[in-house]
Amino acid sequence: MLHIWCPWCGEHREEEEFHPKGQAHIVRPVDPDACSDEEWGDYLFFRDNPRGVHRELWVHAAGCRKFFNVMRNTVSYEILETYRIGEQPKILAEVNVVALPKREESESVASDARRQAGGGA
Amino acid sequence: MQNYSGLSLLRHGISHHENWPRMWRTPTPKKSYDVIIIGGGGHGLGTAYYLAKEFGITNVAVVEKGWLGGGNTARNTTIVRSNYLWDEAAALFEHSMKLWEGLSQDLNYNVMFSQRGVLNLGHTLQDMRDIRRRVNANRLNGIDGEVLGARQVQDLVPMLDCSKNARYPILGASWQPRGGVARHDAVAWGFARAADALGVDILQQTEVTGFMIRDGQVYGVHTTRGDIEARTVGCVAAGNSGVLAGMAGLKLPLESHPLQALVSEPLKPVLDTVVMSNHVHGYISQSDKGDLVIGAGIDGYTGYGQRGSYSTIEHTLQAIVEMFPAFSRVRMNRQWGGIVDTTPDASPILSPTKVKGLWFNCGWGTGGFKATPGSAHVFAASLAKGRPHPLAAPFSIERFNTGALVDEHGAAGVAH
Repeated sequence: MLHIWCPWCGEHREEEEFHPKGQAHIVRPVDPDACSDEEWGDYLFFRDNPRGVHRELWVHAAGCRKFFNVMRNTVSYEILETYRIGEQPKILAEVNVVALPKREESESVASDARRQAGGGA
Repeated sequence: MQNYSGLSLLRHGISHHENWPRMWRTPTPKKSYDVIIIGGGGHGLGTAYYLAKEFGITNVAVVEKGWLGGGNTARNTTIVRSNYLWDEAAALFEHSMKLWEGLSQDLNYNVMFSQRGVLNLGHTLQDMRDIRRRVNANRLNGIDGEVLGARQVQDLVPMLDCSKNARYPILGASWQPRGGVARHDAVAWGFARAADALGVDILQQTEVTGFMIRDGQVYGVHTTRGDIEARTVGCVAAGNSGVLAGMAGLKLPLESHPLQALVSEPLKPVLDTVVMSNHVHGYISQSDKGDLVIGAGIDGYTGYGQRGSYSTIEHTLQAIVEMFPAFSRVRMNRQWGGIVDTTPDASPILSPTKVKGLWFNCGWGTGGFKATPGSAHVFAASLAKGRPHPLAAPFSIERFNTGALVDEHGAAGVAH
């Protein structure tokens, strides 16, 4: 069970309250009518599928119902960071292993400290 | 190769079964091969087998980073069926079903293929409309199928709760009598043994670390045991296909998700068919050993961890207990996860790539086991001839740019 820090609620919540929504930061084509079949197919169907750090979109479906971004390791399932829509992560994608903050420490973190991590499985 | 028969069993019985020969060799890699297959699961070993047997290409290596059948081949729920909706998919899966029916004899290895029938339950009016449509499509394609009402379902599976009081009452089902189960690791071992006997080198503990590509043509792979040359390379790496594609500078429309399964403690015979429900989302059969084999949905997030989340198990077991209230006290023995490579249209990819000589057989997602012999056969034909087999042609990577998708989300049976 993942414990995910919702950057809007400012709390750790259990995985079941959330839904993953796939890769984050997908840029819409500026002029969809001008796309070639190749560009349009790539936009619709081709996703990053890294073995390592991945940036993805989640929604707090059974909570505040807001979307946010998660940076997660797809092998260890460690959540490195969660951040609001429209923001960029503080950790660079190249960083593969980051020390996990302890779950017990999360209560002492101010609610606006958005750089938070989950306790993993 | 030692032929397996009643007589050989008797003969080895005299020496207390201590002198059975090894099923395959452990060769050192040669400098070059005609074809390299990456991935030693059922599909990869099967491809090597059919290359050697049907197309006379025996100078083949199967490169496997772990052990044979250690990935999804041994991590599925062993269900075999061919009741897919669209002509392209139906033809491919039915081709596979026909090969299953003669596989044990063909390989001289008992894969324990048991055609005990597969039920797909319908719980809503829309489910039943979809079931009717799919069964009609199946029959037009020469695939067996029947639409059953709730009472007929109850007759087939007395343990199933078909009452109107259920939270999601069962209205009926589609029934494919030729469907069933097979012993999954026997499939990998049977193909490995038969391929090895025809001269295929099976290289375990050999991980591919890169491709050798010159002027857009592949001419070998880098591995942890040195470089191996071949001008035809077939990648059959399931969940890790995207990682391999990345090594060749390619991108595939795949997302890798954990898919879980679990088995219970062994029980006396209670369930002699396969029961699947898309709606409450669980599927179950009983193995010859007696344990209930239960499948779950995929985890929503992508992952390579070969384990899944507890909430998914909980949902699955809720569904099983909903269907079979009598199983509520059954204890689960083991649980595991496999990494499935899902495509946007829930159909596989059997395709050449922009790199000449480099082919991919992937994207089987949540339902690859049933396709093992068929997938291996058409992929071997494609590699041998250098152009896609007619059954593989609709499953090219290009379909994601042309839009000619083969949407099998309904028949795939697992929501993604």
